[in-house]
Amino acid sequence: MGEIAEFSLAVRTFLRAYRWRKIDPVPWEPLEKPLSDCRLALVSSAGFVTPDQSVFDESARGGDVSFRSIPSDFPVADLIDTHRSDSFDHEGMVRDPNLAFPIDRVRELVESRRIHSVSEEHISFMGSITAPRRLVRDTAPEIARRLLEAEVDVALLVPV
Amino acid sequence: MCNQAVSLVAAELERQGIATVAIQLLRDVAERVRPPRALFVPFRHGYPLDLPSDPARQHAVVEAALRLLEISDSQPPVLVDLELPSR
Repeated sequence: MGEIAEFSLAVRTFLRAYRWRKIDPVPWEPLEKPLSDCRLALVSSAGFVTPDQSVFDESARGGDVSFRSIPSDFPVADLIDTHRSDSFDHEGMVRDPNLAFPIDRVRELVESRRIHSVSEEHISFMGSITAPRRLVRDTAPEIARRLLEAEVDVALLVPV
Repeated sequence: MCNQAVSLVAAELERQGIATVAIQLLRDVAERVRPPRALFVPFRHGYPLDLPSDPARQHAVVEAALRLLEISDSQPPVLVDLELPSR
C-alpha cells in the first residue's frame, strides 16, 4: 500500500510538516458525451523521456516543472525513466513503462471501443515538485492548452 | 509529491474543459489536495497500476479510473477506493 511509512525518516519528517496545496474550489467538468466518443490523453509524473529529449533536472530548486510531450505512437518500451526520486522502487516501471504510462492499455481501450481515440500527444513530467507555484501558474495551463489543441476530452493522470 | 503534482495539473485541465481522473497512492494527500476525481489505489509507490507486465491487472485499474469519469450525480471532489480481487 502507498503509505508515508514507506519513505525514509528524512522524507517522512519533511512530508509531515509539508503544507499541501488545497484545491479550492474544486473544478468539475462533467462528461458531456459517452466515453466511447471521447479522446483520451495520459499525464504521467513518472519522469519518462524519449531518447532524443533532455532529462529532467534533478538540481532544480523546488522541483523541475518542465514537461515533455510523448508522441502517441512512440514505443513504450523505449521510454527512459529519469525521475530523480530514490524514495520509491523504479524497477517495475523500468521493466514495463506501462506501469506508470499505460499507453498500451489505452490503445486497447480504443480497440475495444471503450474510448473513441488516443491523443496524438501525451504529457510526461517529474512529480518531485515541492514548490508547485510555477507548476500551477505556468506548466498546467500550457499542458491544458496543448491537450485542448489535440482535441482531448478526458485525461488520465498517473503519479508514482 | 507526485500525488499533489498530478492533482494540481488535473484541476487546471478541469478548469479548461477537460474531464480528468487522477490515480492516487496516498489517500490522506488526496483528501487534503482534493483533485476533482481520484481513484485511490492500495499499491506501493512506483507501482500505480500494481504490476509490471500484467496487462489484465493494469487494465482493471485503468477501467476503474475511467468509471469515475462516468459519475454524473456527485459533488466534487470524488475520491473512490479501488476494489479489485486480491492476487
